[in-house]
Amino acid sequence: MTATTTAPLAADSAPALRRPPARLRAWATRAPLLPALVFMIVVTQLPFVATLVISFFDWNALYPKARRFTWFDNYQQVLTDADLRHSVWVTVLLTASVVVASLVLGLALALLLDRKFKGRGVVRTLLIAPFLVVPVAAALLWKHVLYNPEYGLLNGLLHYVGGPQPDWVSNTPLLAVEASLVWQWTPFMMLILLAGLQSRDQQQIEAARVDGASDWQIFRHLTLPHLRRYLELGALLGSIYIVQNFDAVFTLTSGGLGTANLPYTVYQSFYQAHENGLASAAGVLVVIGSIVIATFALRVVSSLFREEVSR
Amino acid sequence: MSSTTATSARRTGRSGLGLGLVAWLAGIVFFLPIAWMVLTSFHSEADAATNPPSFAAPLTLDGYREFFGAAGGASPWPALINSTVASLASTLFVLVLALPAAYALSIRPVKKWTDVLFFFLSTKMLPAVAGLLPLYLFAKNAGLLDNIWLLVVLYTSMNLPIAVWMMQSFLAEVPVAVIEAARVDGAPLPVILARVVAPIALPGIAATSLICFIFSWNELLFARVLTGVVAETAPVFLTGFITSQGLFLAKVCAASLVVSLPVLAAGFAAQDKLVQGLSLGAVK
Repeated sequence: MTATTTAPLAADSAPALRRPPARLRAWATRAPLLPALVFMIVVTQLPFVATLVISFFDWNALYPKARRFTWFDNYQQVLTDADLRHSVWVTVLLTASVVVASLVLGLALALLLDRKFKGRGVVRTLLIAPFLVVPVAAALLWKHVLYNPEYGLLNGLLHYVGGPQPDWVSNTPLLAVEASLVWQWTPFMMLILLAGLQSRDQQQIEAARVDGASDWQIFRHLTLPHLRRYLELGALLGSIYIVQNFDAVFTLTSGGLGTANLPYTVYQSFYQAHENGLASAAGVLVVIGSIVIATFALRVVSSLFREEVSR
Repeated sequence: MSSTTATSARRTGRSGLGLGLVAWLAGIVFFLPIAWMVLTSFHSEADAATNPPSFAAPLTLDGYREFFGAAGGASPWPALINSTVASLASTLFVLVLALPAAYALSIRPVKKWTDVLFFFLSTKMLPAVAGLLPLYLFAKNAGLLDNIWLLVVLYTSMNLPIAVWMMQSFLAEVPVAVIEAARVDGAPLPVILARVVAPIALPGIAATSLICFIFSWNELLFARVLTGVVAETAPVFLTGFITSQGLFLAKVCAASLVVSLPVLAAGFAAQDKLVQGLSLGAVK
């Protein structure tokens, strides 16, 4: 790579006569980019094309000879199958509730951390820690150590106040999964929003304060509009990561009790049921859902990005 | 002016103390599960499984001894080593591929470089399940199932977009004028890279590496589907604890902590750049 880029660098300062043709120079500039680009296309795009093709086949891995082309049968089956439709609904519900809850909590925490107080650095560290627990380990912690109906910490603490002793995972399975995810994702939202808060124009805020604006007015009319794009970014990135969540569902409920989301269903339908065609169709649906979210996400990222570049 | 500063100072003084306490309380509530996990990992199994919880029970290392296979059962070492290999090797590959790419997107940009940048980002938004089945079938036919190097390749592709974005933003911070000046002075490219670009971009590159390491270490879905006995990673090893097995809370806590330690260490080391990495460089 070094050799190829040295050429155009030297060529630029050399007299026009010795310049290599423009096309060659363009390729030399592109060369450092190509390995990464080719690698990404081969490893991520090709398998997806294969998924797309397989999704049109009726193909159970246990009966490979019965494989045949069935057009949109798999999609019809995915969209009409009650279990699969339920997993679409679970995915939407899980993603939306976790993103909204962690955004609201993250905003509150970011506002608290934005002001000076004793031990702010320590509190920031305490708050980031949940995000830095390996997801499977976090799910195990919630499942066995916090939620366990007999000796979990939650019921242990309830015991002190004479409260009830619920079986959290069995009674409210989806809520149990959501709570553990909110715990892990709130720090993420907090970090993004804190960065947003700290990029505010302090002079503008000071000026508003001099003009007699109250804290609430400053928050409502200056801080919130400024934070809007950071909120959008947090929501969209959170959605992209949580739509794909597999670890928490797999660990806490193993997809049981009506908590199977689409990634879990895709995993199950080919890893356990060996339904390759159905799994692929469900996978394609996850992708379509992600593309819808991603289109918005890309727009937000690119508007923030343009601002950075133009700065 | 001086009077308003005084009022605002008084205001922060009065409500500031209360809000500082609220912040501390929130921090403690969020950290409580982790603190409890640490404490439980040092308790005996009998003390770990009591209701009400035994906060002051005697401390012991039995949970850790059990986890590392003292009482028989599978040793976690092969899984921990596999995770280390997969995370370190994939991070190294990511650096090798992402650095030149980021160079061609920042210091000496190709035409339409923003489009290329957004192509990388869009691949990150393709969910892992989208290609899982073909990858599984390919691995099975090519005899690559249960092979750690397959995971290395997949983790490289998983982290490459993030790394390209982050490094692009770090390399873009290198002032063009300085590079120009060095070039006019006749410095060859390797010297420019080593003397001018590296010192400015190095902290960013280090943070990028740490974040890639974290994501590889955490990954479960690919590892679960594509590995078995030989190439099992630490998160897959942890899934062995999903179903309850009698009294095992101390062991679970010890296991979760040991597996999370590298991530906690890397995360706190990269703390300042963590947001930038997680937001794909959109937030600084």
